[in-house]
Amino acid sequence: MPFLTPDESEALLLSLKISSVAVAVALPFATATALILSRSFRGRTFLDGIVHLPLVLPPVAMGFILLMIFGTRGGVGAFLKDHFGIVLVFRWTGAVLASMIFTFPFQVRAIRLALEARDQGLDEAARTLGAGAFDRLINVSLPLALPGLVAGAITAFAASLGEFGAIITFVSNIPGETRTLPLAIYTALQMPGGEAEAARLSALSIVIAFLFLIAAQTIMRRATRKNEG
Amino acid sequence: MSAEVAIRHRQGAFLLDVAFTAGKGVTALFGPSGAGKTSIVHVLAGLTRPDRGRIVLEGHTVLDTDKGVFVPPEKRRAGLVFQDVRLFPHMSVETNLLFGWRRMGKRADAAEIARIVRLLGLEKLLQRSPKHLSGGEKSRVALGRALLATPDILLLDEPLASLDQERRAEILPWLERLRDIARVPIFYVSHSLDEVARLADQVVLLDKGKVAGFGSVFEVLAGCGAEKPLGAVLEAIVGGKDGDLTELIFDGGRLLVAEAGEKGKKARVRIGADDILIAREAPIAISANNILPATVLEVTLDGTRAEIAMRCGSARLVARVTAASVRRLELAKGLPVFAVIKSVTVEGN
Repeated sequence: MPFLTPDESEALLLSLKISSVAVAVALPFATATALILSRSFRGRTFLDGIVHLPLVLPPVAMGFILLMIFGTRGGVGAFLKDHFGIVLVFRWTGAVLASMIFTFPFQVRAIRLALEARDQGLDEAARTLGAGAFDRLINVSLPLALPGLVAGAITAFAASLGEFGAIITFVSNIPGETRTLPLAIYTALQMPGGEAEAARLSALSIVIAFLFLIAAQTIMRRATRKNEG
Repeated sequence: MSAEVAIRHRQGAFLLDVAFTAGKGVTALFGPSGAGKTSIVHVLAGLTRPDRGRIVLEGHTVLDTDKGVFVPPEKRRAGLVFQDVRLFPHMSVETNLLFGWRRMGKRADAAEIARIVRLLGLEKLLQRSPKHLSGGEKSRVALGRALLATPDILLLDEPLASLDQERRAEILPWLERLRDIARVPIFYVSHSLDEVARLADQVVLLDKGKVAGFGSVFEVLAGCGAEKPLGAVLEAIVGGKDGDLTELIFDGGRLLVAEAGEKGKKARVRIGADDILIAREAPIAISANNILPATVLEVTLDGTRAEIAMRCGSARLVARVTAASVRRLELAKGLPVFAVIKSVTVEGN
């Protein structure tokens, strides 16, 4: 990329990698959660609250909590390290975990809206034609909710690109490992004369986020049209 | 072939309480909206679990609340064609058609599939998406989808309701063909007297969640209908020509009509209650071509109007006359009379 320095393109590629992996790993869980939340049961409000908590929690606080839990001296962190050799803290995989948690509500919300808007009548039709619950989910409900899944994934991806507080607190600011675009902007601002770089990276962030939002909208609109009739 | 049905189910203020045993052929569930027709079909398909009930289809008990038997819809082999069609919008016509077939043991072989596709005229639509089909085409695909799942019972919930007059005329012949080839009992929900008179073998008359009448279409429908009541539904064999008219022969006599189809074929005849006059003696020098000897079964007076039920061979005729005519002709049960028929509607089978 000619208009970016090697460090800057490294930050951009790292951001894209962390966000894509976060969204891909979270998608099945988000779908399952959305399915659970689209039914009524005792404790639904509670689960709904837990899922949406990251939206209102200060990111730095969340990063700190993650550090306590997954740090190598934290309970879960030590267990993962001793038994599986998995270390999340100060690694890009830790940034993935932080992004997953923060973008989870976006995914769940979009998928749930799509699932709730689906035609129950088609589900009944599939039942009378011999389709069991799992069969109907895979072949009728989810394909019809696909636009919601895709839109949720794209929105989550765009939101994930901007995650700062939790990442810097949990996995620090290591070039090539955890220094994503927002962290690179912050780092540039810490250096004398870094404003030009910060401005370039900020403009880049805006363009990327905007492109993804447009993509999400377009997919939603197309899919709504497609499923009519 | 039979379907034994007994359902008692409360839904808010509405109480559905019906029991009947349907034999082979088409059983119409007929009645005004809100009579409970669709509720019965949903219970038959298993989509609604009633408070109490027992349903035996072709010898299989699919529901018995007393014994805790409930076969879920996906295991019930009840082919339901919904009022609002419900094709899967994300699948092609072909995938829609084979959806139930794939899940119900693939009982139809390639030749059978091809036959149903041809019977419903779907050959050219297979790769299309349901959203690019006309209303009539969608209905045909929905019928095919239900048929290919090789159900033990076929439930048609107002399959013509979403169509305009022209499309209905287009689909009705398909339904007649379906009736003639289907080997399973068909339940046909409708609030159209004409459709029922044309398609049904038996009729369950429903009103406010109760069975108001049950029996053969030729018995139950005579006298039905408020605005243009039916006088008779009967089945006749097309006979020879008599001048420019064609003979229709049934066990009560013969009718002469302008058009009736091929000789030797069965034809279903409908006569309006207002198109039947009653005479004590055989009228002579009269413009009507059709005069049938009949016996009065029942006289029902209603203010200044009266309904006269008559037997003519095995057919039941119902005429509407004034109470004054009843007195003048001294109409009473058992009296031999002549039914003068002004016009008939014939539908070939």
